[in-house]
Amino acid sequence: MPRAQHDYDDIPGTFVFDAERSRQGYGINMFCMSLMKEENRKAFKANEAEYLKKFPLTPEQATAILNREYNRLLELGGNIYFTAKLGATDGHSFRHLAATMTGASQDDYAKMMLGGGRSVEGNRSKSGRDKPAPKSAKAKSAKPKAVKSKAVKSKSRAKSRSKARSKRG
Amino acid sequence: MARIIAGVASSHVPAIGAAIDNKQTGEPYWQRVFSGFEKSKQWMAETKPDVAIVVYNDHASAFSVEFVPTFALGCAAEFPPADEGWGPRPVPVVKGHPELAAHIAQSVILDEFDLTIVNKMEVDHGLTVPMNLLFGSPQEWPCPVIPLAVNVVLYPPPTGHRCYMLGRAIRKAVESFPEDLKVVIFGTGGMSHQISGPRAGLINSKFDKAYLDNLTKDPKKLARMEHLEYMREAGAEGIEMVMWLVMRGALDDKVDEVYRFYTVPASNTAVGHIILENRKGAAKGKRKSKSAPKIKRAAARLTHRDVRRGK
Repeated sequence: MPRAQHDYDDIPGTFVFDAERSRQGYGINMFCMSLMKEENRKAFKANEAEYLKKFPLTPEQATAILNREYNRLLELGGNIYFTAKLGATDGHSFRHLAATMTGASQDDYAKMMLGGGRSVEGNRSKSGRDKPAPKSAKAKSAKPKAVKSKAVKSKSRAKSRSKARSKRG
Repeated sequence: MARIIAGVASSHVPAIGAAIDNKQTGEPYWQRVFSGFEKSKQWMAETKPDVAIVVYNDHASAFSVEFVPTFALGCAAEFPPADEGWGPRPVPVVKGHPELAAHIAQSVILDEFDLTIVNKMEVDHGLTVPMNLLFGSPQEWPCPVIPLAVNVVLYPPPTGHRCYMLGRAIRKAVESFPEDLKVVIFGTGGMSHQISGPRAGLINSKFDKAYLDNLTKDPKKLARMEHLEYMREAGAEGIEMVMWLVMRGALDDKVDEVYRFYTVPASNTAVGHIILENRKGAAKGKRKSKSAPKIKRAAARLTHRDVRRGK
């Protein structure tokens, strides 16, 4: 059955974790929860594919976990607060994962945040049918940093995994 | 009689907790954030509440996807800090107020808010970070805390209107508790932020500032805001701000804004903070008699809308 369409599917670069995705991604999220325990983190790191067999995952969900395809995991029913535990197992902070999901380098992402973050201008709607509220429409400074719709490539993932950091947040 | 004297809203960014735990609060990046809470800590030290009700959300710590309560009230005697994957935060165990919590549960459930009662629960940064921001880092927290966990992780969270009305019901419950207690209620989370997907990093300061303005002056307008607008304007995770409306609903219609702070960023997030006080000597009886018909009217509105939708 194809996924039902919702008004929020019109928001670009966003996978809303709704009841349907929660059902679909139960295995992903329970796998991620298991990583709260040190012994499970060790077992996972020792043999990732083997460890994943303990959870009800589709082949594409398992592949997305092994390849650390964070956007794909959201699309397949993962939730960020759960997948962040996978990131933490690799030693990555929330901010590191966020940068990864945007496809930006860590430095560029950090600069964007210090500069006030990603503007909402140009990032409200895929269809363009939603107009900003009349008052905010005058925001002129907006240099739209439109999101890239393509998923993060596994190459950048390999790079980011190699430099494990132990930071939170 | 117990009474709610003030409300506090504050972001609960996990990186703020990490900065405290790793003693980085003096670094320029973090100084910008923490300096905004100096006055708040002073205000809290002077206010000396007997109990704090903290409305927050759990981040896959106490609740996984096995069960997801929309509103969960902590009725336990204590709530240990959760291990969020880095070891539990080095903060004191949160002591509860089981008597008042049980009283609130009983009162609001009979007022038709179907809370989940939780007698064993660990609390994560969603609760402990705002406590640090307002109480500092003491050996023991200075007052008991009643945690109210709201689901804002699995869509849909409760509507802003529902949160606002729950706040009103909590106030009514508190005011019918016989012991003489000063209560401060916290709404936590927000402000604009998105930490998931290619649109991560979204910040909308204009939205946030208007939200802070309306929180003081026109909360009913905010209570009508739909989820889509939160997610579109304030980021997918910005929807946490509905929790602020529980706090606001528990206060008088007219309040005094005693302090406000806003800065961007802390990690991925816009940090917003406000302190609202009920006006001293405001007629309590008057408000009570007004609020009952309002609940009825709101219920009637919803019914009409549902009928139109063919439900």
